Amino acid sequence: MTDALSKLLSTRDWLMADGATGTNLFNMGLESGEPPEFWNTDKPDNIRTLYRGAVEAGSDIFLTNTFGGNAARLKLHNAQGRVRELNRIGAALGREIADASGRTVVVAGSVGPTGEIMAPMGSLTHELAVEIFHEQAEGLKEGGADVLWIETISAPEEFRAAAEAAALAGMPWCGTMSFDTAGRTMMGVTSADLAQLVEKLPNPPIAYGANCGVGASDLMRTVLGFFAQGSERPVIAKGNAGIPRYQDGAIHYDGTPELMAEYAVLARDAGVRIIGGCCGTMPEHLRAMRAALESRPKGPRPTLEDISSKLGAFSSASDGTGGCGHDHGAPRRERRRSR
Amino acid sequence: MADEDDIILSELNDEELVLQMHDDLYDGLKEEIEEGVNLLIERGWAPYDVLTKALVAGMTIVGADFRDGILFVPEVLLAANAMKSGMAILKPLLAETGAPRMGKMVIGTVKGDIHDIGKNLVGMMMEGAGFEVVDLGINNPVEKYLEALETEKPDILGMSALLTTTMPYMKVVIDTLKEKGMREDYIVLVGGAPLNEEFGKAIGADAYCRDAAVAVETAKSFVARKHNQPNA
Repeated sequence: MTDALSKLLSTRDWLMADGATGTNLFNMGLESGEPPEFWNTDKPDNIRTLYRGAVEAGSDIFLTNTFGGNAARLKLHNAQGRVRELNRIGAALGREIADASGRTVVVAGSVGPTGEIMAPMGSLTHELAVEIFHEQAEGLKEGGADVLWIETISAPEEFRAAAEAAALAGMPWCGTMSFDTAGRTMMGVTSADLAQLVEKLPNPPIAYGANCGVGASDLMRTVLGFFAQGSERPVIAKGNAGIPRYQDGAIHYDGTPELMAEYAVLARDAGVRIIGGCCGTMPEHLRAMRAALESRPKGPRPTLEDISSKLGAFSSASDGTGGCGHDHGAPRRERRRSR
Repeated sequence: MADEDDIILSELNDEELVLQMHDDLYDGLKEEIEEGVNLLIERGWAPYDVLTKALVAGMTIVGADFRDGILFVPEVLLAANAMKSGMAILKPLLAETGAPRMGKMVIGTVKGDIHDIGKNLVGMMMEGAGFEVVDLGINNPVEKYLEALETEKPDILGMSALLTTTMPYMKVVIDTLKEKGMREDYIVLVGGAPLNEEFGKAIGADAYCRDAAVAVETAKSFVARKHNQPNA
């Protein structure tokens, strides 16, 4: 049996994913610090509105409101006992909206990081991480999610643990990391590292890529880094709508719908198969992206210069992958000896 | 650890040993750091000199490479861990000898924010730089900060937020300090992924710190300035 996402990918050159979850929910009155997952049960109509917003703006895939729905995160709100329930309902609401759309829309069960540092640096063991992700995966599966969508990960160990949980739950999955520190993840993973990592997994994802991070330019540079590894696996790009700015006591993302449309076209031309937004990406951004993807002719794969001239400058000179003869952006300090 | 080319720390002279400890901190070698600290103490070094010349100087190199995108969080955590074990030996000795202190910081993530990896890193790097750090943990309302400022009397207040939705709360804390006439008593440093310098200025912080290494540099320069004031 082929999953809904693979089927859709086999019939289309590109698919559009959704935009922001948090930004949209805060606009509906979610309080700062309140776990968004609670709204799956407390305000299901708002969650339906969130999902419908993406579907009506042309998304082929949308993510469930379950990003922080793992026991490690929910524990901080004394809700570690509600993992199964909140994920099941978050996915079930998605199933309802997708099935009512009259076309094939993929419900992707969002799985965010645990927020903990894994052993040996931190205290979270692989076994426990797998257990945490597995519990969430079972809830999402029960609620009718088509695929698991593991996102915003920064540590390779955590990515592997989540992949293993997907296998335990018997679910197809996609996985993206957040490259927000000089072109790498917080834990130092480069785009090349991730491209190689996914191919070594016993259950590789349907698609992999980058989400969140620092603006659209950096995200596109990361994407070019994936393709430089020569992988045939579909690539995902879900970039933020610009950078958050503080104005009149509130936060606004500075990426316009036009900029996000430009980003979507560049991503498609680069070869990205699944294109969406992340923080700050609202339905109006998605509509502009969809319209541009459908109307603008396909161009050649953009260069780094094309990207920075159309989307703005990169946040760092290098992204830690090759390009100037060595593997790292800057050499590690010279060692006096090695042990 | 029995490689043939292994260096025997006790056979190194002081200068070589200190350089070796910088390397060992860089590599996060906890046991070697403990051994190095004990050796220097046995050789009659003042605990304060061990702290500053061996540990703090070593962590400064780690911090610089972290800032420059050469080292990343995992390496820094290992280095900080090694530093901590060296500090555990030095702490009682420092107290006995009444060594000068770099300064004290109270730090915590703001109300609504439960993301603490960045805050923990800053805390570790500040300790690595010789500061005393009081960690208030996550999700701190303004009252909690005020209470800690009263009881701890720190030089620095550090606030962290990962979410665009929680970062405005930093302004609430700073505004409260202003209302109470306490704002000028502290150096206020803010940090977190979605922040930037412009935001730091807009809410009235002394500085925005891009990462843990920058936080340490900024803290040092502000504390130095504060100490240079005639009435400080």
